[in-house]
Amino acid sequence: MPEAGALPTRREEAWRYAAVEALQGVPLDWREIAVASGESWRDTLVVADREDGTEGMALTRLRIAVGEGARCELFAVLAAAPYARLEVEVTLGRAAHFEFGGITVGGRDSVREFVTRVIHAEPEATSNQTVRSVHWGHGTGNFLGTVEVARDAQKTDAGQSFKGLLLEKGASVNAVPQLEIFADDVKCAHGATVGQLDEAARFYMAARGLSPDAARRLLVQGFIGDALVALDEEDAREALMRTALDKLDRHL
Amino acid sequence: MLQITDLHANVADKPILKGLSLTVNAGEMHAIMGPNGAGKSTLSYVLGGRPGYEVTAGSVRFTPAPFASSEVETPGAASLDFARDERGSVDLLALEPHERAAAGLFLGFQYPVEIPGVSNVQFLREALNSQRKLRGQEPLSGGDFLKLAREKAALLRLDMDMLKRHVNVGFSGGEKKRAEMVQMGILDPRLAILDETDSGLDIDALRVVGEGINAIMRAPDKAVLLITHYQRLLDYVKPDFVHVLAQGRIVKSGGPELALRLEEQGYDAVMADA
Repeated sequence: MPEAGALPTRREEAWRYAAVEALQGVPLDWREIAVASGESWRDTLVVADREDGTEGMALTRLRIAVGEGARCELFAVLAAAPYARLEVEVTLGRAAHFEFGGITVGGRDSVREFVTRVIHAEPEATSNQTVRSVHWGHGTGNFLGTVEVARDAQKTDAGQSFKGLLLEKGASVNAVPQLEIFADDVKCAHGATVGQLDEAARFYMAARGLSPDAARRLLVQGFIGDALVALDEEDAREALMRTALDKLDRHL
Repeated sequence: MLQITDLHANVADKPILKGLSLTVNAGEMHAIMGPNGAGKSTLSYVLGGRPGYEVTAGSVRFTPAPFASSEVETPGAASLDFARDERGSVDLLALEPHERAAAGLFLGFQYPVEIPGVSNVQFLREALNSQRKLRGQEPLSGGDFLKLAREKAALLRLDMDMLKRHVNVGFSGGEKKRAEMVQMGILDPRLAILDETDSGLDIDALRVVGEGINAIMRAPDKAVLLITHYQRLLDYVKPDFVHVLAQGRIVKSGGPELALRLEEQGYDAVMADA
């Protein structure tokens, strides 16, 4: 990893879709977090349009150590800034769990991405990552997810799901799942799909009286909802959902 | 209420409807029967405004309920009223699909679409309030909507819990059709076009759905166009008129006895003396 001052380049795997030029002068340091054995830790991260209309660059880097039997949950919506990136490196102790739900939305020339590295260092840990990306204009959404399973980390159960929804021609999404497995008794699943709004569903909704905009908002809500299913706090879930949908309403 | 005149329509540049004419008056129940490929589903999609169904000739006039005059007038709303002629009817084909719904047209789908992540309750409340907005009516509150939904679900013997689930996701064929009828009850249309609502139903579900259609749509100011392959739904929903649609046109019209004859003798025999 490059240190502060030295700009990363797209030749590095974890930065291959990044808008690296936007990083000039931005501190690249990591925030370190430790979740003690048996504890639960949850955080939400929102990158939304600011009141004053200014847009900067948004980089967050978290390095999280999750102790034995501990649980770490992280939910994020990247809905603003020309370049927004959340990078998470998680090391899981025995029987620990990491839950990640991420949503990127955006148009114009924005780049919004999640880069995760989940290290199953010990046996019986589980991880689940769900990312949904909705883009239009020339917007791009990326999910680069690496799962590493150490030699001793038997009974690992790791899941990764990515779905992209492209609302206009010109938008794009990239999914790069990477599995590095050195144990033999593990379950690692990953899936990625890219699609457009379901025309049959749009007509069905129109036939019930929903305007094209209202139908699109509902369909997108249903689509990105997957990423927030594991967030069992209703107020937080609704706030994240609203941030994402408001972005859609304002810019489409 | 609905006047279809010499309607021609293409699907993927292929002519499917070839000069279809049909008049449906308020208070009437019409059944349209016909062999496979006759254009029955195309007719319902053309009336609903589905993209890809291209009208090449003909006209469709539809008379919405006099909604604006019966309600408190909201300035700037009731945009649908601008489209009315002096007799109160609108050019249905000039309206967007969601505007047709707001005007009082309900399309019952042969294959209701699943919408993951969106509950029936939210979907229908937003649909109803979108319609009301276009009609210049106040939105229904959450409480009033739930009361209405509960009442219509009970009518169709659909568990209210089903309405809290995602739209049609994991519903059986029969549940989907009952849910369609609950939607119809909640949206309270003036004209319902029901495309093979009887397909995929067992005998019990068929009766419940048939009774639902009667309860919701048998009224002096409403009308139904039932599109069906078989006579069996007509045992529960008695049509006033039966039409045979073949090769894109109505080739024969009659009373309920026509459906029975079709069932007995088949389309070929009945159409031979058309």
